[in-house]
Amino acid sequence: MMTETKLFCSCSTAFGAPPNTHVCPVCLGLPGVLPVLNRRAVELALMAALALHCEITPQERFDRKNYFYPDLPKAYQITQWDLPIGKNGYLEITTDEGIKRIGITRIHIEEDAGKLNHGVGGYSLVDYNRVGVPLIEIVSEPDLRSPREAQLYLEKLRSIMVYAGISDARMEEGSLRCDANISLRPLGSSVLGKRAEIKNVNSFRGVVRALEYEQQRQAEALQNGEVLHQETRRWDEDRGMTFSMRSKEEANDYRYFPEPDLVQLVIEDAMIAAAHAALPELPDAKQKRYIETFGLSAYDASVLTASKQTAAYFEAAVAAFPKDPKAVANWVMGDFSRKLNEAGLTADQAPLTPEQLAEIPALIDEGTLSSKMAKELFEKAWAKGASPRRIAQEEGMTQITDLSQLIDLARRVVAGNPKAVADVRAGKQKAMGALVGQMMKETKGRANPTLVHEALQQAIEEQTEG
Amino acid sequence: MTSIDLGERDLFGWHEALAKGDVHPAELVQASLDRIAAVDEQVHAFLTVTRKEALQEAEQVDVTLSPLAGIPAAIKDNICTQNVPTTCASRMLHNFRPPYDATVIQRLRTAGAIAVGKTNMDEFAMGSSTEHSAFGVTRNPWDLGRVPGGSSGGSAAAVAAGEVPYALGSDTGGSIRQPAAYCGVVGLKPTYGRVSRYGLVAFASSLDQIGPITRTVAESALVMNAISGVDLHDSTSAPVEVPDFTATLTGEVRGLRIGIISEYMGEGIDPSVRQAVQQAIQTFERLGAEIVEVHLPTTKHALAVYYLIAPAEASSNLARYDGVRYGYRTPQAKSVVEMYKQTRDEGFGTEVKRRILLGTYVLSAGYYDAYYKRALQVRALMKQDFDRAFEHCDVLLSPTTPTPAFAFGEKTADPVTMYLNDLCTIPANLVGIPALSVPCGFTPEGLPIGLQLMAKAFDEATLFRAGDAYERAAGFTGRLPELAA
Ligand SMILES: [Zn+2]
Repeated sequence: MMTETKLFCSCSTAFGAPPNTHVCPVCLGLPGVLPVLNRRAVELALMAALALHCEITPQERFDRKNYFYPDLPKAYQITQWDLPIGKNGYLEITTDEGIKRIGITRIHIEEDAGKLNHGVGGYSLVDYNRVGVPLIEIVSEPDLRSPREAQLYLEKLRSIMVYAGISDARMEEGSLRCDANISLRPLGSSVLGKRAEIKNVNSFRGVVRALEYEQQRQAEALQNGEVLHQETRRWDEDRGMTFSMRSKEEANDYRYFPEPDLVQLVIEDAMIAAAHAALPELPDAKQKRYIETFGLSAYDASVLTASKQTAAYFEAAVAAFPKDPKAVANWVMGDFSRKLNEAGLTADQAPLTPEQLAEIPALIDEGTLSSKMAKELFEKAWAKGASPRRIAQEEGMTQITDLSQLIDLARRVVAGNPKAVADVRAGKQKAMGALVGQMMKETKGRANPTLVHEALQQAIEEQTEG
Repeated sequence: MTSIDLGERDLFGWHEALAKGDVHPAELVQASLDRIAAVDEQVHAFLTVTRKEALQEAEQVDVTLSPLAGIPAAIKDNICTQNVPTTCASRMLHNFRPPYDATVIQRLRTAGAIAVGKTNMDEFAMGSSTEHSAFGVTRNPWDLGRVPGGSSGGSAAAVAAGEVPYALGSDTGGSIRQPAAYCGVVGLKPTYGRVSRYGLVAFASSLDQIGPITRTVAESALVMNAISGVDLHDSTSAPVEVPDFTATLTGEVRGLRIGIISEYMGEGIDPSVRQAVQQAIQTFERLGAEIVEVHLPTTKHALAVYYLIAPAEASSNLARYDGVRYGYRTPQAKSVVEMYKQTRDEGFGTEVKRRILLGTYVLSAGYYDAYYKRALQVRALMKQDFDRAFEHCDVLLSPTTPTPAFAFGEKTADPVTMYLNDLCTIPANLVGIPALSVPCGFTPEGLPIGLQLMAKAFDEATLFRAGDAYERAAGFTGRLPELAA
């Protein structure tokens, strides 16, 4: 969770500091220390529980989960065992068959463990910076039916957490981690088979691959008449396989009991109301609004809301050019998104402000920019990080929209091409094309084609009269 | 410089002398160090004496800071003192120097108090005799053949031997009151939450409290003024106002309702103890207090409940001693698991291991409901029992211990007889109320006897008032044994 400080002490939670620099007696679990609960962590967890439509446990209690490991300095982790902060919630994913509701069993708050670095000069070294960083564990119901659904679920979960500012949910930094459970069942049966829990998956892609592998492995095992047992398996990213870590029988007895060093925290209605108020518009609500207010398609709405930054960018751009949200959406989803991906940036890091991007559809709408020139202008604006309107003016990229600016040129073209003019007079429209081409060449493509026609007609008529 | 006898005055007297400039803090600290040098070889109350630091602080201290400023004190060795060894009398922490001060130590520093050393105890506060110290026993200054009690045996003996005017101890099931009773001094276990536990090496988190050991009740009140109050580092410390405890010492107990716990006046109580307590009741009557009889039927479960809850919490609290980061580490392990096992096997003593095993067992899957959860339920019933009792009285009275100090080795063979020693003191920890032990006489052999007074949560003031009035009338407190220097 995105708190400034750890769950039970005032050490920084910042990622990437030199080993063992964000530590104090409390998170190191030195003799005599006591935990003091970070209220901000409870607020964020409460927001997460509300965003996932959970029932809230009114009295928060923490428990100790006891086990020995060198990355766990107290030899117990403070967590929530039988009274999680939230339970019985859901989130919705959009599958090919439509909207599907995935049950959330529980959300609870706990502290993170440290990190072991194995094999350094024959030793294993421990970095305790991460110890005590607050996290929430979210357990879903067995409602996901395919690796694809698991991916959609994770993407949705991540977008909600990022939107609400609860977590930056970066798998590569460990601020989002996933243990995926999978079991098979006979076709038509509602009874699930023995499940395998897959650990050590480090990307969304990895989750899908691991589940696909495990799905096949279990199916083959069952078809060979093997009996599966509940177990924990480790995903090997390089080999693309899972390996058994331990069976249910070998599982630890964690000897949970209520944490006596913390007092019960009562979540008052005012705290819930404040958490509600602190929740921003979440992706589902945003999509609905984009469809209803901006007239966007469901697809466009889902693309634009997939990332919080993109949605915020889009909304700011629409505010700058409210006349045509669809045109703004096309620009954001089109060239803009392509550029972002190429540069590996998020929308808030783009060199163009939303207001600047909005100038492009506005210029087209004003008729001063052809769509062909618009692409060129966008590239220039992106490269310079400058206002498209100003670039267009400075570099004369705007269309010539004034007839008087074209009439002199038209007279010269008519005078210089008597044969073509004669053909036009004879009704050969093809000849007119040649004259237009000449005009476009002379104006370097800046002239509005309709006006070019008009200017040429006028010049030919003048010649006839003269 | 003529050496001062610390027994000449109490804390109030020394403060007055310091304020007037009649004595210098360095003289008091030196007197303490001299006394330690003279008698501690026999008593062995101290594990560490911080001579240099204490003398240095004495030179600089401002004696007007507080009534404790410039006066020496001893600290139980399970209370963290920055850069000063804090061993819990365990091989496991033989080399541990905390990088921080416990909150009580910070408060004493702020008050200008001067710690002269760390006192012996049962390893990790588990025991009632200080025989379970990894660094040798402490002897009772009244009879060097007997135990001083425990687990704060070093602190109680240090005060009784005149080495310091007061000491801090910790009390999980009687660990302040029982040694105070055995050593003829005054010990207070404050209300749970009254004194910060931050920096007290945890034994059983829901029971532990730090408290003072002094020669008189009034001095206990004075020390409590300095160490009490809510602490942001301890979520279980209570945001309850701290009165000036010395202001309540009126000597007046007329109309005070004193409940005699009938369960603690019958079988299992040594006749000499019972007689001394009976006399104390008469003294209270003479002073105008109203005596009522009280039944606390759930107290018969107290020992069982305590020996489920305390070891359970201890098994978790002591799991961190694994040899990875600090303290003892076995030199011969070849794997992490081996390191854990051997470090803990070699680092902990028998009694600590016994309790860790017991606690691990009662928390195990399948046993939790039958043991730990049931114990919590009975504990809740005990609270109700005490609440009901306090509807009829202001103070509960009982012996502090069933017997006077016992001889070395008398109870180490059978842990259960040792555990029975805490019969009368355990309920106050389970219920979270304050309890005071005051000397109430001597056995025919000249061993001190302790009287226990308990009051409602956060009503230490009434305890002090009753205890102070009693000791003034009875005159058993403030007496120190003759020790050949
Ligand atoms: Zn910390």
